[in-house]
Amino acid sequence: MNYVFDIMGPLLEGTAVTIQVFLITLVLAVPFGLCLALLRISRFKVLSGLVNGYIWLMRGTPLMLQMLFIYFALPFVPVIGIRLPDFPSAIVAFVLNYAAYFAEIFRAGIQSIDRGQYEGARVLGMTYPQTMRRIVLPQVIKRILPPMSNETITLVKDTSLIYVLAMNDLLRAARGIVQRDFTTTPFVVAAAFYLIMTLVLTLGFQRLEKKYAVYDE
Amino acid sequence: MMNDIAGPMVHAQDVHKRFGSLEVLKGVSLDIEKGEVVAVIGPSGSGKSTFLRCLNHLEKINRGRIDIEGETLVTTDAHGVCHYVADPDIRRICGKMGMVFQHFNLFPHLTVLQNVIEAPMTVKGLARDAIVPKAEALLRKVGLLDKRDAYPSRLSGGQKQRVAIARALAMEPDIMLFDEPTSALDPELTGEVLRTMRELAEEHMTMLVVTHEMAFAREVASRVVFMDGGEILESRPSRELFASPEHPRTRAFLENML
Repeated sequence: MNYVFDIMGPLLEGTAVTIQVFLITLVLAVPFGLCLALLRISRFKVLSGLVNGYIWLMRGTPLMLQMLFIYFALPFVPVIGIRLPDFPSAIVAFVLNYAAYFAEIFRAGIQSIDRGQYEGARVLGMTYPQTMRRIVLPQVIKRILPPMSNETITLVKDTSLIYVLAMNDLLRAARGIVQRDFTTTPFVVAAAFYLIMTLVLTLGFQRLEKKYAVYDE
Repeated sequence: MMNDIAGPMVHAQDVHKRFGSLEVLKGVSLDIEKGEVVAVIGPSGSGKSTFLRCLNHLEKINRGRIDIEGETLVTTDAHGVCHYVADPDIRRICGKMGMVFQHFNLFPHLTVLQNVIEAPMTVKGLARDAIVPKAEALLRKVGLLDKRDAYPSRLSGGQKQRVAIARALAMEPDIMLFDEPTSALDPELTGEVLRTMRELAEEHMTMLVVTHEMAFAREVASRVVFMDGGEILESRPSRELFASPEHPRTRAFLENML
C-alpha cells in the first residue's frame, strides 16, 4: 500500500494532463461539431459537400496519424504550415477529430426532429435561428445524450494516444513506473483512475437524462 | 388590433401549386371578408390543405397572387414567374395569421404555459411578466388553466389542440387558419375543440377552416367552399350549399358524408 502512495505523485500529474486534454477538447469540439452539423444540413450544396468530405477525412484516418501529422508534417505544408508545440498539436488533432464525430451525432439528432416542429415555430413568426435555438436544439439534446455519453467516455480513454508526442499522460506515467520498478501495480492504479473518471461522466450523463425525462415526446 | 381596411382579409387569385408533375392546385381564387368563417370541404387529395398552407407560405405557389389584409405576399408577372416579397415582409404579413395543425405541433419540451408565451417572447420581444397574464387568460378561455404547468405529453388530443389554439391566439392574429383540427382526434374529443372554435367564431374572428366536420361547416361557418381536384367547385353561404348543392360532385360528396 505504501508503494501505491509512493507512485501517486507522477500518476496524479499524468491524470492532470489527461483531464486537461479531455476538457479542452470537449469545450472546443462540441461547438465546432455543432457548426459542422448545421453546415452539413444547410441548403448550400458546396458547404454541405465540403463538410461531408471533412468528416470522411477525420473519421477515415487514425487519430494518432492526425496527431503525428499536425506535429511533424504541418510545419512543412505550404501557406498554412505552422510549427506547434506538443500540447497544442494534440489539442488541435483531438478537436478536429472529435468535432467530426460530434457533428454526425448532432446531425442525426437535428434530423430526427419532426418537420411539424419547424412549421409550428414558423407560423408563430419565428426565424430559422430562433427555431433552432429555442425549439429544435433543446429537443436534440435529450435525444443525443446516450451517443454523447459514449463519445465522451471514449475521449477519456483516447487521450492516452498523446504519448506518441512524448507527453506524460496518465497511461504513459504508469508505463514509465512499470519499466522502472518491474511491477504492474501502476497499471492497476491507472485503470482505477480511468474508471473513476468514466464513472463521474457516466453519473453525470445519467443525471442529465433524468433531468430531460421530465417531458416525453 | 387591426385598422379598418378596404377589401378582403384574404385575397387569393388563380393560385397554382405543383408537387413535381402533380398539379395540386389548378387556379384557386378565394376572397375572405373580415369576420367571415369559411369552411373548406372536399374529398382527400382535393388540395384543401395545400391551399391553406399556401396562404401562410408553408408552401410556395407556382402561379397566382395572394394578398393578406391588402398587403401583397406574392404576385406573378407577365412571364408567369412568381415573386414573393422579402423575407422580413413575408414573416410580418404571415404574422397576421395564426395556424392550427392537424397534429398540433406543440413543443414537447415546453410546458403548456411556455408553449403559449414562447413566440410572444422570442418573436415580439415581450417580457415574461407582460405576457403571462394574457397567456393565462387564453388558457382559461380554452378551459386549460389548470394544465398550465403540464407538459403536452400529459394531455389528451383535444386538450393539445386547445393549447395549440391558445398558442396561436397569443400572437394576436387577425385571421385564424385551421388545417383539419379535429382529424387526428378520437371522436369523443372533437366536441371540445369544435366548441372552442365556435366561441372564436362568435367573437367575430376571421377563420378559414379545412374540415371533415360537416356539422361544424353547416352550423358555424358562414360560407362553405367545396374543393375537388385542385379547384373550387362551389363557394356559397353554408345554409344554401347544404340545402341545395349545385355541382353534381358537391352533391355526391355530401351524400357520402351525411
